[in-house]
Amino acid sequence: MAIKRIGSQTVKFQNPPSIISTYTIVGPKEGEGPLKDYFDMILEDDMWGQESFEKSEAKIQEEAIKAAISNGKLTNQDMDYLLAGDLLNQIVSSTYSARSLSIPYYGLFGACSTMTESLSLGAMLIDGGFADNLVCATSSHFSSAERQFRFPLEYGNQRKFSAQWTVTGSGATVLSANGNGPYITYATTGKIIDMGVKEADNMGAAMAPAAIDTLLTHFKDTGYSPKDYDLIVSGDLGKVGKAIVLELMKKEGYDLTDIYTDCGVEVFDIQQDTHAGGSGCGCAAVVLNGYIYKEMMKGKFSRVLVMATGALHSPTMNQQGESIPGIAHAITIDVNKD
Amino acid sequence: MEYIKAFIVGGLICVVGQIILDNTKLTPAHILVSFVTAGVILGGLGLYKPIVKFAGAGATVPIVGFGNALAEGAIEGVKKNGIIGAFTGGITAAAGGIAAAILFGYIMALVFKPKTKN
Amino acid sequence: MENMNKKDYQKYAEKKIPKPTYLKNIILAFLVGGAICTVGQMVRAWLTKNGLDEKSVASGTAIIMVFIGSFLTGLGVYDKIGKVGGAGAAVPITGFANAIVSPAMEFKTEGLIFGVAAKLFTIAGPVLVYGVGSSIVVGILHLLFTRGR
Repeated sequence: MAIKRIGSQTVKFQNPPSIISTYTIVGPKEGEGPLKDYFDMILEDDMWGQESFEKSEAKIQEEAIKAAISNGKLTNQDMDYLLAGDLLNQIVSSTYSARSLSIPYYGLFGACSTMTESLSLGAMLIDGGFADNLVCATSSHFSSAERQFRFPLEYGNQRKFSAQWTVTGSGATVLSANGNGPYITYATTGKIIDMGVKEADNMGAAMAPAAIDTLLTHFKDTGYSPKDYDLIVSGDLGKVGKAIVLELMKKEGYDLTDIYTDCGVEVFDIQQDTHAGGSGCGCAAVVLNGYIYKEMMKGKFSRVLVMATGALHSPTMNQQGESIPGIAHAITIDVNKD
Repeated sequence: MEYIKAFIVGGLICVVGQIILDNTKLTPAHILVSFVTAGVILGGLGLYKPIVKFAGAGATVPIVGFGNALAEGAIEGVKKNGIIGAFTGGITAAAGGIAAAILFGYIMALVFKPKTKN
Repeated sequence: MENMNKKDYQKYAEKKIPKPTYLKNIILAFLVGGAICTVGQMVRAWLTKNGLDEKSVASGTAIIMVFIGSFLTGLGVYDKIGKVGGAGAAVPITGFANAIVSPAMEFKTEGLIFGVAAKLFTIAGPVLVYGVGSSIVVGILHLLFTRGR
């Protein structure tokens, strides 16, 4: 009997795990953005002394995980699990980051939805009694993502206005069975929704239907409505996806105008010329572990719905003419246990 | 005067490419491939030669001119060596550009490192 | 979402995409493309003045323009020209050089054979395949129609 399950896609945690510490590292461009004061570390050079973008990304993730653990006054030995993922093929940033950490490791791929995917699973592991402490992390790197998904850096192409800018950065969260909050109280696992959008430079529109589906399901399953939340935030829908969510949610009877935003829209400034905003696993990771966590600790928000969104395509499937499957996983973070 | 002609004709050929880029889902790589093929066809039909005469580099510098050179070379090859010339003529005419691209491309790749955008 | 079918959604999403700045893009493509061709014309004039025959001028111009495109790519300048000029930077042979050098540079980390050398042809490969391939067809057609005269 799955006693912690409510509705069709949601679990309600009986002993909600607590976020006890976080850490964020971002690249120079993110460090000039509007959220710069919320990041723990801003790199001056996104190579960070490494020989390749991929190695640099792995190092960024590794250092974020280490720092999050020590922020929580714990050690690697205290961690029962590491749940991590990223955008690169075979999630190499996460594996190579985990190589030296010696923490039991589950590698996850949910594209840019991985931050809330890892937190959902981590919260289940703790509430299920399988772990006391664990760490969740994701990363992305503009240059490693560009070269895997798009064009070489020095190639002289024009980016479309709907295109988004992969965030260079990593965020890590330590979850614990013992802690004083904020707590993860609900997790709504998304289904893959694919409305047939094929353009990889319009991922916001590709993922927005998944975000809407998860939001509607979450409200139905939990009985919460938008006014129960101080903030509802999606991962990386960007300007195009955000506009679609607002408009279509209104048609479904939910007015989210004042409480909904998107990490990709918040992380960069209009002057930074990223077109539709930020994206990547690191986008939701640094906004959640930086801005949202810190503002919750200060008391600005008491209940937040965080929903990282993922575009689960690959260049190969794209070239074969396939459309982009979207996904969105939502978690409720609450300063109170219930 | 010939500079103005080169500027205008070269600019206009690029504008055709820009209109295609902004109104279709084609990428710059598609443009390069289709423009070079278009150049071969125009060259084969003898339609590009007058444009080269008129605009000089305005017609030869765009990648269409590269296609035209390939086609003219192939035709010339046929005239000299028959069927074998169809195979050797095009590459012979375009050999300078291709060889330069390989050599300079290799050297630049060794010397320089890509820089992150911001 | 259930009451919206895929076609309707795609049409709806299409409308949400901000339109490119058509006129500005065309003007910039014209100016950048025109400027590059003017440089080409200067190179032609210089080579002609130095007494090269017509064919050597054509090859020499191509070689020098390819060098300029490659060098500017290496310096990290050509991507900025491309961002401004769009097709104005992509269509000239300097853009062809940019398409050759940029992947080769970036994949240096994967070694000199499967990195640099293989990636030189990411975009140059298709251009040569279609360009050379179709030129052979043109040659053969010419042979058939004119019997080689």
